[in-house]
Parts: sequence; C-alpha cells; structure tokens
Amino acid sequence: MLGGINIVNILTDAIAMGTVFLFGCVGETLTEKAGNLNLGIPGIMCCGALGGGLGVWICSAGATDAAASPGWVFVTVSVLLAMVFAAAAGLIYAFLTVTLNTNQNIAGLALTTFGVGVLRFFSKKINNDIVFHGASRYFKNLFGYSGSGAFGRIFLSHGILVYLGIIIAVCASFFLRKTRTGLALRAVGENPATADAVGINVSAFKYAFVLIGSAVAGLGGLYYVMDKSNGTTFSEAAIDTFGWMAVALVIATMWKPVLSIFGSILFGGLYVLSAYLPLSFNQLKLFGMVPYLITVLVLIVIRLLNRRDNQPPASLGLSYFREDR
Amino acid sequence: MTGKNMQKQRPVREPLFHVSKNNALPVWKGLLYRAAAVLAAMLLTGLLGVLLVRKNPLEIYAAIFKGPFIDIWTLLQNTAVLLGFALAVVPAFKMKYFNMGANGQVLVGCLAGIACMKFLSGALPDWLVIILIIAASVAASVVFALIPAVFKAFFDTNETLFTLMMNYVAIGLVDYMVFVWDKSGSGTLGIVNLFSHAGWFPNIINKYFPSVLVVALMTVFMTVYMKYTKHGFETALVGESVNTARYVGINVRKVIIRTLALSGLMCGIMGALYAGSIEHTVNASVGGKGFTAILVAWLANFDPPVMALVSFLVMFLTSGTEYAAASLRLGSNDFASITVGIVFFFVMASEFFIRYNVQLTDRGRKVFRVREKQSEEKGGTA
Repeated sequence: MLGGINIVNILTDAIAMGTVFLFGCVGETLTEKAGNLNLGIPGIMCCGALGGGLGVWICSAGATDAAASPGWVFVTVSVLLAMVFAAAAGLIYAFLTVTLNTNQNIAGLALTTFGVGVLRFFSKKINNDIVFHGASRYFKNLFGYSGSGAFGRIFLSHGILVYLGIIIAVCASFFLRKTRTGLALRAVGENPATADAVGINVSAFKYAFVLIGSAVAGLGGLYYVMDKSNGTTFSEAAIDTFGWMAVALVIATMWKPVLSIFGSILFGGLYVLSAYLPLSFNQLKLFGMVPYLITVLVLIVIRLLNRRDNQPPASLGLSYFREDR
Repeated sequence: MTGKNMQKQRPVREPLFHVSKNNALPVWKGLLYRAAAVLAAMLLTGLLGVLLVRKNPLEIYAAIFKGPFIDIWTLLQNTAVLLGFALAVVPAFKMKYFNMGANGQVLVGCLAGIACMKFLSGALPDWLVIILIIAASVAASVVFALIPAVFKAFFDTNETLFTLMMNYVAIGLVDYMVFVWDKSGSGTLGIVNLFSHAGWFPNIINKYFPSVLVVALMTVFMTVYMKYTKHGFETALVGESVNTARYVGINVRKVIIRTLALSGLMCGIMGALYAGSIEHTVNASVGGKGFTAILVAWLANFDPPVMALVSFLVMFLTSGTEYAAASLRLGSNDFASITVGIVFFFVMASEFFIRYNVQLTDRGRKVFRVREKQSEEKGGTA
C-alpha cells in the first residue's frame, strides 16, 4: 500500500492488460523485421479472437456446456484456431503486399476494416456469454494460485497465455539476435535487394513472418476475450483499439521483443491505473485520454533520441520488386 | 538482375510467371479489370450470403440493388460525407502523409460546433450562430490536424500513429465534454435545440441537400487545388521526392503544415455539417469514415472526381448489403463491412494486373500445359 493505492493490484492488473498489447506488439515486430508494416494487426487480432471463440464454441458442444471437454482441450483448440484464423487473415495481407505489391498501409487498413467486421458479424452467431464465461476459467490462473503474497499475486496468478506471451517474446528476441535465420530476416527488412543477392528468398521470408507475426498477434485477441475480460465481451470487444496501441508499442519499444514485455506492462498499467486512483467521475473521463497522450509522447521522444539502434528496418513499408532499380 | 549466388546447393528453378512493369495499359482495360474485380467480389459475397442463410443468391443480389433506392437522399448524403472525409485526407495523402486522424479531426470540429450551438443560440442572431459554428469547427479541426503535422515537419515523427492516437484523444474529449454538459445523467447529449432548431443549418430542398451541395463545392475546389495550383504541385512534388522538392527550393516544412491545415479545414467543414445539418449532436461515434476514406482516395488514385464515384459505389454497396442483411435476416449490419472489405481486397488485387504485365515463362507454359504462346495469360498482356 502506498498512499492508499494498492501497488500489487495495479501491477498484477497491468501485466494482465499488457499481455493483449504484448502479443500484438511481438507479432508486429516480427512482421516489420521482414520489412512489412502491417496496419492490419487490429483486424488480425479480431480474427484471432474469432478463431479462439470458435474453438470454445466447438469444445463446448455449440456453446451449450462449458464442461463438455476437459480444460486443456479448450485451451489447445482455441489457441490453435486463433492462430490459424489470424494467420489466414495475415495471408490475405501477405498475398496483397508481397505477391501483388500493393501499398502496405492500404492493404493493412482494409484488412483491419474487414477483420473488425468479421469479428462483429460472426461472434454474434456463436456467442453465449454464460458458456464463454464458464469456459474462461480454463484460461485463467495457470498455477491455481490463491494466496495473498505480493510475489505470488504479481507473478503466479496469471493465465496460461500471459506466460506464453512472455515466452514468445523472449524466443523472438533470441531468434532475431542470435540465429542465422534471424539475421537473414533482418537483412530482408533492411535491404531486400542485398538479401536477394546473397540467395535469401525474400518473398518466402516475408510470407513466413507475416504469417507467424499474425498468428502471434491473433493470440492477443483470444487472450483479451477469454482471459482478460472473462469471456463476457466476445461480441462487442474493442480489440481493434488495443491492436492500434500494439502497433504504436512496436515503435515505443524500438523493435525489441524483450523490451516489449516491459513496454506492454507499462501501457497496460496506463489503461488500468484510472480504476485505482481516487478520481471523480469527471476526472475519470479525462484520464481515458492519458494512454493515448503518453503514446504520442513516447513517439516523439523516441524520434528525438534518434539513435541508430532504435530506428525502424530501413525498407519498412516498401514493397520489393526485383526488376525495380 | 542476377542475384543467384547460391548459399546452399539448391536447384535453380525458373519461376512460373514473368512480371514486368506496364505503364501503357489503355484506360478502358484498367476500368474493365476493376469492374471484373468488383464483380468477382460480389460473387464471393453472394456465395457467403448463400452459405449463411441458404437463400437463392439472386434474392440476395436483388436486395442489394433494391436497398439503396429506398432512401436515395440518405444514400446521397452518406456518399457526400464519405467523399468529404476522402477530400480531407487526399492532399496530405498525395504528399505521402498518412492522415489516419480524420475521424478525430472531424469529431473535435463537430464538438466545437455543438458547443457554439448549445451556448450561443438565443443570445445571438441565428445567422451569426451558424457562422460561429462553422468558424469554431474549422478552428478546432485545424488545430487538431496541425499538432501532428508540426511534429512531422520539425521532428519527423511517425504521423500514421500520431494521428491515429489523436482520434482517441478526440473521443476522450467528446466523452468528457458530453459528460460535463449533460444534465440528465443519461451520458448522452441528445439532439441540441430539438424544438427551436436554433443554429441548425437551413434546409435547402431538404435536410440532406446542404451536405451534398457543400461537399460538391469542396470537390470542385480540391480538384482545382490539386491539379492547377502551385500549392497542389508543391504538395505532389514533396510526395514524390522530398529531396527533389528541397532542391528546387520548396520549403518542405511549410508545405507539410500548409497541406495539413487544408486537411483540417476540410475536416472542420465536415464537423460543422455534422453539427449543423446531419446529427445536431455529438458523441464518440459521429463520423468514423476516416479509414474508408483513405481507401477511397487510394483506389481513386487521388483524383477527386473519381473519388466521388468510388464513394458512391462504396455507399451504394454498404446500404445495399445493410438492407439485404436486415431483410433476409443475414444477421447484423456488419455484413456490410465484410462485403466492402472483400471488394477492396479484390480491387487492390486488380491494381496489380493494371500496373504489371504478367506472362507465363517457358516453365510456366509447361506446368500449365499451354501450347500457344500468349494464349492464356492471367491478367493482361500487350
């Protein structure tokens, strides 16, 4: 307790909220390292949420019984379907931008519009708040922690996807910095013509990492629906807003997946902080703007720092056409 | 280009297609491809509709074509609104400045307009209130558009995300102000001056026509501005190459700020229209056509008259699908955004065949068992 504000609660909540951003951010980082700026991430996260929801629907025998299958089946099927749906959405983007050389911003934006529509439309057809809420317990509290110690609450009380997100971020960081394929990927993002010249298959890399990045981001949508919001907001989730925050977070964390773990907790903290501060209803409304203003501030500060190692991949957003000069 | 220094021993395979730039496709062919893309997209949505409701696809298409004509004026107004947003983003877009914040810029404009309408009407004569509504809307939108522009011009911050975040700031402002103004505790403002109509823009012909008229004038202005003025030329040049622009003595910072001020002006006019003519209220969901507008501007190749056509087609399709969704019990209105999304994807894909020439290579011919040279190409060959 610090001045009447419970730090442990805030931190626990910040980690829980931040995980939504973490998945989106790590996924987008992997994609951007291949030189593709994917503004479709918000839509892709929506598709991931839909895939995950479909998984829950299947496992609960058509959203009739939250105990129709064992918990691990729920989690596995939902995670897999979330990744497949998100990757399928990513495939649309990859085909348009890599094979057909469409403007990446435009393709991404269209995908976001599409993805949001897809989630809103189909989620209403399979949603059942009670069953989804019932199934959400399989996604929560992996270690079954029920104590009240600060350490346990902050680090051990989360659902399986929180830990999965952190593992993915660490793996992505290791992959980018320490492996040969990671080096090749960064080469594709920095200068595809050079990468092509040394025999790297640029298109294959771009496809692979748009798809992988999308699949990872899609988990963010699943996590938000089934864990963070207890399975009760499937049809009207504001996942696209979180997706945009995740895209901004990529810049804020300077394309470094490990940093994005801390960045996402910070962003998550900004989101949940208002609930813990003694604010009047008026101030609460104003506080709603704070996460976005801080994001803007971070964008400016990062730009002003302007060091070589916090810059975007050099050919980010440009499509590669071999016969161009 | 070579680039076949092999890292590992892998057989070199000839690709199936040879793709090359094509700058000389006749206009009618380009239009044909785009029309084919829209048609293909419609077939796909029809199929989707059939799978969802198991109805005769013809019934679905009939509904899509019937829907927009039920209320033609609403269709025209919606088209005008979408076009207005697109006109607001297009000059910046031409400069390769990605203004994702049109939603927020229009929203603050509307907020400022509503503030004038709410607090000044009665105290001042009606015509003066209307002028003040327009002035306040434009001022608020310009300020909102200029904040990211100044940072872009001086520090080269990422404008895409900056403007995007400003949308949420605008929503926050609106939420806050509505909460402060609203005395009923409902959390919404309701229609301002519902009975007195004070500060409402006059109805010309009907309540829809003023927006259509204003946006038509904006279209003419923007066409002239972008095609025939020095400012428009400078904007386009900065978009093509900042270095070239600098070399010929253009002050790039000035151009960025000026262009975004113009963007803000357009958004302000849209905000004033929302306040005075369309909604007469403000809430977080007023406007919200900024993203679609960017797609419209891009598909129309930044050409305002074409943008008008594309806006009309998009709104036609939207209202048609919404009607179909309602009348055939397809489910929610969101079916419209799925349809529009699919159409956008297909048209984007068709752009490829307009900009590039795709030919089968020798191996491609073998794989697809094409004997005759150039007999069956995907897309167009000269």
